[in-house]
Amino acid sequence: MSNMVELPIAKAITAGLREAMRKDDKVLMFGEDVAQLGGVFRVTEGLLDEFGKNRIFDSPIAESGIIGTAIGLAMRGYRPVAEIQFDGFIFPAFDQITSQLARLQNRSEGFTKMPVVIRVPYGGGIGAVEHHSESPEAYFAHTPGLRVISPSTPNDAYWMIQQAIESTDPVLFFEPKRRYWQKGMVNLDEAPGGMHQARVVVPGNDVTLVAYGPMMNVALEAAALGAEEGKSIEVIDIRSMSPIDFATIVDSVKKTGRLVVAHEASTFVSISSEIAARVAELAFYHLEAPPIRVGGFDVPYPAAKLEEKFLPDADRILDAIDRVLAF
Amino acid sequence: MSQDPTDLPMVQFLSMEGEVRVPAQWAEYGEYLKNLTEADYLKFYRDMARIRRFDNEATALQRQGQLGLWVPAIGQEGAQIGSGYGVGPNDHIFPSYREHGVALTHGIDLMSILKMLRGVNHGGWNPDETRFHLYAIVLGTQVLHATGYAMGVKFDGKVGTGNKDEDLAVISYMGDGATAEGDVSEAFLFAAVNESPIVFFVQNNQWAISSRSSAQTKVPLYQRGDGFGVPGVRIDGNDVLASYAVTAKHMDDARAGKGPSLIEALTYRIGAHTTSDDPTRYREDEEVEYWKARDPITRFEKFLRRNGVAQDFFDEVEHAGELLSAEIREATFALKNPPIENMFKHVYSEQHPVIDEQLAWLEGYEASFGGEQQ
Ligand SMILES: Cc1ncc(C[n+]2csc(CCOP(=O)(O)OP(=O)(O)O)c2C)c(N)n1
Repeated sequence: MSNMVELPIAKAITAGLREAMRKDDKVLMFGEDVAQLGGVFRVTEGLLDEFGKNRIFDSPIAESGIIGTAIGLAMRGYRPVAEIQFDGFIFPAFDQITSQLARLQNRSEGFTKMPVVIRVPYGGGIGAVEHHSESPEAYFAHTPGLRVISPSTPNDAYWMIQQAIESTDPVLFFEPKRRYWQKGMVNLDEAPGGMHQARVVVPGNDVTLVAYGPMMNVALEAAALGAEEGKSIEVIDIRSMSPIDFATIVDSVKKTGRLVVAHEASTFVSISSEIAARVAELAFYHLEAPPIRVGGFDVPYPAAKLEEKFLPDADRILDAIDRVLAF
Repeated sequence: MSQDPTDLPMVQFLSMEGEVRVPAQWAEYGEYLKNLTEADYLKFYRDMARIRRFDNEATALQRQGQLGLWVPAIGQEGAQIGSGYGVGPNDHIFPSYREHGVALTHGIDLMSILKMLRGVNHGGWNPDETRFHLYAIVLGTQVLHATGYAMGVKFDGKVGTGNKDEDLAVISYMGDGATAEGDVSEAFLFAAVNESPIVFFVQNNQWAISSRSSAQTKVPLYQRGDGFGVPGVRIDGNDVLASYAVTAKHMDDARAGKGPSLIEALTYRIGAHTTSDDPTRYREDEEVEYWKARDPITRFEKFLRRNGVAQDFFDEVEHAGELLSAEIREATFALKNPPIENMFKHVYSEQHPVIDEQLAWLEGYEASFGGEQQ
């Protein structure tokens, strides 16, 4: 019997970080308020006590500095895990991430490796003030040289953070902040697969519903409601937004002939745009209906009192499912 | 444990006992105290008390679920009300997100702040009209905007004309933590090389969420601008008179074309970072108590009482506070949720096909529920 524990997503990440720090003393952690406070979401709680201030420390409030120095530390043989406190505050580091971190391996023709992990709590649904609910994953997925992943369960959180730290490439690790306290079983013995592997969470025959991160709960709710109405919806958690496991998606679409993709991010030039386009290229003759994307509207993330109308809910996903089925 | 503020070299006029002393070293600033009448003193007190009342009420409203978040400024009233009144009638103010007191001194409707923290909108007041720009949540960004604004003021020839109705300057607020952002260093540089009419007002409340200001800087913050060509001075931020006088002088100098400068106001964040924060996880109660004893409002009250201000005045302020509480509670309860179309408004200034399409879709979609989802 394998070793199972029940943990919320936040604490599963903590456990994964702890494992990674124990295994490799080159793993360092830093960011704003991560040490003494344990991060504003307490994801790094307890690590200071166990590993001391040479392994985990608070940085000055300067995101470009956080990522720029992570790059230098990686050059020096460390494996930095940097926390960006909220999604909306990653942009001061955009240059360091996209022009430097993403390209150093390429520019050095492989001499320089960049095993840097950037942890980013992301997404909305927590009633926050501006700049605390963004879904910026597409900017990074668009940038060659970066790997972009997001867990949706505690088990994935525990394993994927460790896989990210083991990766020799830079990884953007997007944490679904509104799901931090969602509990689930974590298998401490066996990883659920590679960090870029998509997973069929619910099998079905009529429609393929693709989602990731915080949108998985909503997708599963939609599938359950659809099942009550006799619709057989196959739900896929892609887990990785770059690269995307198209084989799993295409196999499913070949079976169902219909595709709906959902995420919180605005849909214009988004992860769902890419999935819809690739499926059209790879499975055109299997499609019974045009793919539909369900996402946030193409407006700045709205004030909290409007976020419920901005974020896709199960009804909006079901509406899309009805449309692909009715086509 | 932090030092007693009186031990640090800084401009201070008001002793802990509420006596006014003008050390020879700060005589230039002391001149500005001569501008103040009794009516000004009473106004300073009234506003400090008013904004504290507002703050406490907002915290209560947040606890009752009426606001999404509250960002208390308790303990920083001296720095904010004093500097707010040191800013002239044409000057422009670029706040961070904790400057409720400064907002009060420049006529911002306090309900606009509550509206934002309730989650009704992201700001929405007119910065051209109020000269008080929008709150800035992404740390340090506003400091560059303020600098660019000041550059424009200079390009327009509104600096150093000697005409009081024409000249203007800019003040940019920021916290100690924000000074670490690259944007802030760049702002110092742009301001210096352009000799812009700007004052950088750093409220050093000693904490940036859980990190001490010592984690953000190795030199005193008032010296941070030196290498860029932005000279600085430190003031006792809990002394409303020093805050007023030093700001007024620096703004006058900026307006007169003497270039940028920096004021570090040493103060203390008595409350939590926000209502989401639990400061007991990272600081000692003892330290908070130490700074509570240096409260800017009680210190100024001592000054007023020494100068013969009668109990009636304090009673009247107390009463006005009660009215304010009732008023803002009522106004908050009356706030309506924004209609969905607000989300699509002002994304562009001109018509845009994606916005039109998505709004039309959402309205149709909402209507398909026959209003039951509203
Ligand atoms: C670019 C950016 N990074 C991080 C944050 C998160 N954050 C909000 S307030 C804060 C601390 C700011 O401290 P300080 O500038 O001293 O101002 P105070 O809150 O004490 O008034 C942090 C890290 C942010 N708002 N913007």
